[in-house]
Amino acid sequence: MKRARLPQLVVATTAVLAAALALIFFYAPTDADQGLSQRIFYFHVPIALTAYACFGFGAWKALRHLWTRVDGADLESYVAIHQGVIFGSLTLLTGSLWAKISWGVWWAWSDNQLVLFLVLFLFYCAYFMLRYSVDPGPARANMCAVYALFGVVLIPVSFLAIRLSRSFIHPVVFTSHGPQMTHAQFLTFCVAFLGMLLLFATLYQLELAGKRLDAQLKELRELLA
Amino acid sequence: MSPSEKYTAAAYLVVFVGVLAYVLIIAAKVQRLQRDLASLIELLRAREVEGLPDDLRLPASGG
Repeated sequence: MKRARLPQLVVATTAVLAAALALIFFYAPTDADQGLSQRIFYFHVPIALTAYACFGFGAWKALRHLWTRVDGADLESYVAIHQGVIFGSLTLLTGSLWAKISWGVWWAWSDNQLVLFLVLFLFYCAYFMLRYSVDPGPARANMCAVYALFGVVLIPVSFLAIRLSRSFIHPVVFTSHGPQMTHAQFLTFCVAFLGMLLLFATLYQLELAGKRLDAQLKELRELLA
Repeated sequence: MSPSEKYTAAAYLVVFVGVLAYVLIIAAKVQRLQRDLASLIELLRAREVEGLPDDLRLPASGG
């Protein structure tokens, strides 16, 4: 994606997220069981799925770095994983708030989905410790790429844990029979998910542009020194 | 406000504040990069005065 698309991405993200908020609060029906707090679902689940997408995208870029040695793939992988950690933090925070009002606790260690998501999140947090403990260069890029690829294995495990688990404290919405919600709820969810994916694309382009500019200025400074 | 309303508002506020904080951090970084760029341009102009060849001269700034 070219940098020139950033303004269009910002406009699209703002429009879709505004539409998502309007649908969440004025269109989607109120859940008979949970009431208003069920509306946290429309941001919490898309944010969690976007975090998986960020980590998956980061792993894909890492694979490209290892496979083709294409310029910039290492930086792109790093930025995608950074975004994944941000979306992961938001998932944990919104999830804790939803858990408190629904289950009466901030966190449930008995729930495999929560624990596996935390493991995935901490695994990718440790990516930054690895990255900043090694001097920049090809060795660091290779190590980080391998680490990012290992982490991607945790994504399907984390996603499927809820379906394989015998604990039913965490609600299962997407089953083998399709989404367990009304059409209005599903439409709202899809718009919110699209908004989150666009938010990721925008923040990714923004951060990547900044990192590239920083690297170019550093190079220029070295040339002028 | 009922507890349900409070927690729902808090969840959405957390997302808003998180994204806002991120954008502010990036904005601060862009400002730093602009300052760096300005200092590099100043350095280049100073060297230009010292006698760079014509093909390496910087174009006059438009303001």
